[in-house]
Amino acid sequence: MTLIEPMEVAVKAKLCVEQVGMVFERDGKSTHVLENIDLEVGDGEFVCLLGPSGCGKTTLLNAMAGFLAPTSGTIRVDGEPVRRPDPRRIFVFQERGVFPWLTVEGNIEFGLFKLTRAERAARVAQYIRMVGLKGFEKSYPHDLSGGMKQRLEVARALAVNPDMLFLDEPFGALDSITRLIMRGELLRIWEAERKTIVFVTHDIDEAVQLADRVVVMSARPATIQQIVPIDIAHPRDISSARYLELRDGIFKQIGLAHRI
Amino acid sequence: MNTLTEPRKWEAYFWPTLTAALFLALWYFSVAWTKTNIFPSPREVVRGMAELVRQHALWGDIVDSLRRVAIGFGTAAVLGIPIGLTLGWYPAADQVVNPVMQLLRPISPIAWIPVAIIFFGVGDKAAIFLIFMGAYFPIVVACASGVTNVPAMYRRAGHNFGLTPVQVLARVVFPAALPRILMGLRIALGIAWLVVVAAEMIAVDSGLGYLVIDSRNSGKRYDLVVAAMLMIGVIGLILDTAFRSLEKIQSVRWGFRNES
Amino acid sequence: MSPGSARGEGGEEQRPAVSTGPVHDSHAATMNWRVQWRPLAFIAFLLVLWHYGVKHEPSHLLPGPWGVVGGLVDLLHHGLLLKYVVASLYRVTWGFVLAVVTAIPLGLAAGWYRRAEMALNPIVQLLRPISPLAWIPIAILWFGVGDLAAIFLIYLGCFFPLMLTAMGAVENVPSVYIRAGRNFGLSQSEVIWRVVYPAVIPQLIVGLRITLGIAWLVVVAAEMIAVDSGLGFLIVDARNAGNRYDLVVAGMVAIGVIGLLLDLGMRSLEKAQSFRWGYTEDEA
Repeated sequence: MTLIEPMEVAVKAKLCVEQVGMVFERDGKSTHVLENIDLEVGDGEFVCLLGPSGCGKTTLLNAMAGFLAPTSGTIRVDGEPVRRPDPRRIFVFQERGVFPWLTVEGNIEFGLFKLTRAERAARVAQYIRMVGLKGFEKSYPHDLSGGMKQRLEVARALAVNPDMLFLDEPFGALDSITRLIMRGELLRIWEAERKTIVFVTHDIDEAVQLADRVVVMSARPATIQQIVPIDIAHPRDISSARYLELRDGIFKQIGLAHRI
Repeated sequence: MNTLTEPRKWEAYFWPTLTAALFLALWYFSVAWTKTNIFPSPREVVRGMAELVRQHALWGDIVDSLRRVAIGFGTAAVLGIPIGLTLGWYPAADQVVNPVMQLLRPISPIAWIPVAIIFFGVGDKAAIFLIFMGAYFPIVVACASGVTNVPAMYRRAGHNFGLTPVQVLARVVFPAALPRILMGLRIALGIAWLVVVAAEMIAVDSGLGYLVIDSRNSGKRYDLVVAAMLMIGVIGLILDTAFRSLEKIQSVRWGFRNES
Repeated sequence: MSPGSARGEGGEEQRPAVSTGPVHDSHAATMNWRVQWRPLAFIAFLLVLWHYGVKHEPSHLLPGPWGVVGGLVDLLHHGLLLKYVVASLYRVTWGFVLAVVTAIPLGLAAGWYRRAEMALNPIVQLLRPISPLAWIPIAILWFGVGDLAAIFLIYLGCFFPLMLTAMGAVENVPSVYIRAGRNFGLSQSEVIWRVVYPAVIPQLIVGLRITLGIAWLVVVAAEMIAVDSGLGFLIVDARNAGNRYDLVVAGMVAIGVIGLLLDLGMRSLEKAQSFRWGYTEDEA
């Protein structure tokens, strides 16, 4: 097995996580969720946080987005410490984050309240086209499929033109075919807009298909076990020898024999 | 639902008609067999209803009852919704006020009658006060629980897009809580309709409740009693149906679907 | 991460503002007792307000808090309080229990058989909005002034809400549960007993709690008009026989406290472990 050393980040760091630890106190018991997390994410980079269920990936993502304050350590974006959520960094929940009381248009428009009416309409039309929801402008989320809702939430996030996207297992609730299609869509959007993306998943294949680097995390308290750069150009051939090698490396790292 | 054979179209008319016919027949023959002079048969009730309509007294009573409900319920909604939203929004305030509300709430609004009479004398205002007391607490409780039950995710999304707290309240929390608020308002309206009848029996001398008790006291006109009861039922049904139609509005319909 | 654990972590913070973050508990513990006293302080404030407020009330009929305590002592002394509480609870128990044993089976059946629902629904919808109190003249006609009339009114007040709850609960049982039951070879009655019944219990208990609240509301009104004992009667009687408003408010306090106890009792049922799933499901 080849152990891949973390590569120096060539581009300038967009997001710096320094010595972050997180402890939750509940009913007098303290749970160490994160320990000594150090991570840099470059501008325009696509990073996947990969780890077993309940390990604290989502907690880390919430801290990066400014929803939780770390117990120790700091998180900086563009050199500024993160103190609160910011529209320059949008968090995408699973499709459950779309507002059921707004139409497709209304959802995409949600973050655009500072723009003029005409700008808003243009932006909405642009992103409806981009995520392929044309013809559904006036529909409500409960009339959409899971995949459509997911695309809607991504469109709502992109419409405010953020620098960064935080995606928390965005495709977890979708069926496997839709999930594959959505991965392709996300890559297409990422290549078009070059946002910095931090993507949480527990699916090894998903991580290796999407990311520039895969951050493998251990079980609770979560630490970074290994950072695996995926040096395959997009579009990736998911039956190539290199792909399988990288994937199997991660499987071994996590301690799973790749056999059933 | 169990039956594999879906009922046919004609059955949707047949079964209700059959029960209605059976019910009327049972009523008619019980009156006939017991040879009662006091309890009216269905035909006498119809005649009583016609008499009420002819005398125009009925319309006055209906208008009086509806006016009291409208004012009492309206005041309860206007005062109760903002207070309920505030309590849901600030858990600390809720924690302080909640014990008092829990103590006042189970006091049957009818029990306030003597107090209402001291404050307002016998008349409209006393009845309106009682309706207010009946409707206020359910509305406050529904609004508060509506707000506290808004998924944290929605609020986070609002903050993430850079909304101020007031905007989060107006654009996220209120629409998200609206289905529950409407449900609370509908329950409160039902209680208001129940209370107005009781209040009119005791505290005033007009309205449908008064019509019921007066028809009995002045000459045991039980045909008018039952006719007035039917009017109470029909108007209550209309109020409820009208309110239910609000639940079909697109922007709140998501909160009322219970089929999977 | 499973949605479940994500939910757990999301729930750590109460408010979306970042400042709260994970709890710093040493600080919170010392704060705790102060926070707990706040509601009591608020109640004390309201009592003081009441105490001074009644002095400005023109008729001077309303009692202050001490007057009400005196009234309660008076009632206890004469044994009236206990007697009336028992009378009211007796009526509520009978009316409520009779409604439970008739309305719930009927509602379950109507929810299970489409045709039964078709047959019963219109008539229920028409009778339901008739305020149970509007039945008072008929109750008195049929049962005379007394316990039976009050029980009948409470029964009517409880019957329709319970039946509709039961009906709705059965209709809301996910069809996959029923199919799973059939799949394992359960007969119709076994499906009802082992699948439908446990599945509707959580909704039924919520319905029972709400309905018990209605019963408590109706008994007070019924006692004001149709009988000559009970807490409702106490209120009307204390007023009519000499404007003893201290007893009126004492009666109201008793009504509030017992209503609260009934509600708490039903809520503790909701918390019973085996029913819990129905109430925790819809967190997001």
